[in-house]
Amino acid sequence: MIEIEELYKSFDGFEVLKGISLRIDKGEILVLIGRSGYGKSVILKHIAGLMKPDRGRVVVDGKDVGKLKGKDLSQLRSRLGFLFQGGALFGSMSVFDNVAFPLQEKARLSKEEIRKRVIYELDQVGLSGAEEKYPSQLSGGMQKRVALARELVWEPEIMLFDEPTTGLDPIIGHAILNLIENLHKQLNFTGIIVTHEIARVFGIVSKVAMIHEGVIKAVGPPEDILSSEDPIVRQFIKGEIDGPVSYR
Amino acid sequence: MGLVRKLGAASLHIIHRMGIMGLFLARAFFYSAIPPVKFFRLLKQIRFIGLQSTLVIVLTGAFTGMVMSLQGFYTLNRFGSEAFLGPMVALSLIKEMGPVLSGLMVTARAGSAITAEIGIMRISDQIDAMELMGLNPFRYLVVPNFLAGIIALPLLVAIFDVVGIFGGYLVGVKLLGVGAGTYFGEMANYVDMEDIREGFYKSLSFGIIITWVCCYKGYHTGTSGHGAEGVSKATTQAVVLSSVLILVWDYFMTSLLF
Repeated sequence: MIEIEELYKSFDGFEVLKGISLRIDKGEILVLIGRSGYGKSVILKHIAGLMKPDRGRVVVDGKDVGKLKGKDLSQLRSRLGFLFQGGALFGSMSVFDNVAFPLQEKARLSKEEIRKRVIYELDQVGLSGAEEKYPSQLSGGMQKRVALARELVWEPEIMLFDEPTTGLDPIIGHAILNLIENLHKQLNFTGIIVTHEIARVFGIVSKVAMIHEGVIKAVGPPEDILSSEDPIVRQFIKGEIDGPVSYR
Repeated sequence: MGLVRKLGAASLHIIHRMGIMGLFLARAFFYSAIPPVKFFRLLKQIRFIGLQSTLVIVLTGAFTGMVMSLQGFYTLNRFGSEAFLGPMVALSLIKEMGPVLSGLMVTARAGSAITAEIGIMRISDQIDAMELMGLNPFRYLVVPNFLAGIIALPLLVAIFDVVGIFGGYLVGVKLLGVGAGTYFGEMANYVDMEDIREGFYKSLSFGIIITWVCCYKGYHTGTSGHGAEGVSKATTQAVVLSSVLILVWDYFMTSLLF
């Protein structure tokens, strides 16, 4: 279970998060929506322990992430997968080596076992046969699927997706969301998806939260968000230019 | 009052960054001393910093030795001391020119590439991804470069010195007519082991300076600019700071330690 309690964060005097509180139960997927630059990725980085809060705390299974250090932090991270916006693949490694890297470095597995696991994960994301290619030879969608395979190779209990479909064509974007849905059914991970793909992603999740100007503007099941009477939520969901939120 | 405040803030910022740089160096020493060391990555970096810099070091060394011999010959000729051409070329190369010029060449060729590589890894979240795998990015990115610099620089400087002395021989002996026996004989009389040790210590410390500054600037890319611009700024700063530190440290090492 992930609990975010009164989270505050500033960068160079600009307050991005102004007291965010959220709760994601075990096995639940939450979608985090909101305008770009309003701190959605910052929340994910706090959960992963890549950033420390100015105030407030993030609690994962009873442990305050901001206070974890050394082995305790490594232990949390070994249960966590993070799909970065750009994939964060190692450019100088082949697809196979990218997926195998965490296993080679951390797991006590034979070469053959590692090979089997990598081939299996690449097959899961539909990339069998791409083992010898390098990230620069892959399309954006393929890179994200390789990154997903690299995270899945650990069978994480918590998955954080930072804009998994941004920059992809609608078909590939849809395929990635289907993949996330299927993997969730298989692994039952707790997850957070940061995305702007409202229409498609609402179908696969149980909870949606909208962040606006550093605070949670709305939270609830997708149906409630879609039928919200709040003018800011409605404007964002419908993508309208006119409304209380200025696009400038 | 505003100016004083700005000056104070700028000074505090500089001291803060110096502190972070100092801690970075301490961490580099700490992780270098404690196993495991990523051996294949270390070999790869020795190849990159050392072997692949050989050509530029040979070229620079040869022409530095040649021009020193040429200049030295005409200067010594005024005093009728051409016999000392060999020791003059050798001592200048071994004590100063070899370590300093090799350091500057390695900074330009390998140091800039190290900063750019680590910087790109930083802005594309690869370092964060490594941390999230429960791995220590310092061991993968900084320690191999750091150790490779310490190993490769003295070897490159040795090549620079030898090639430079031979370049000086070609100009002094073959072109200007100094006796070969005089060139090398006087060199053996005047160059001590102490001089070679001085050059060795300098090259060792320059290896540390280059890899420390270049890794630091890459690792902290984004503090002075974002995206590609941040990497470009970090690379420029790494090259400038390494080069300046090499020259400053060279002076203090020469004046205080020897």
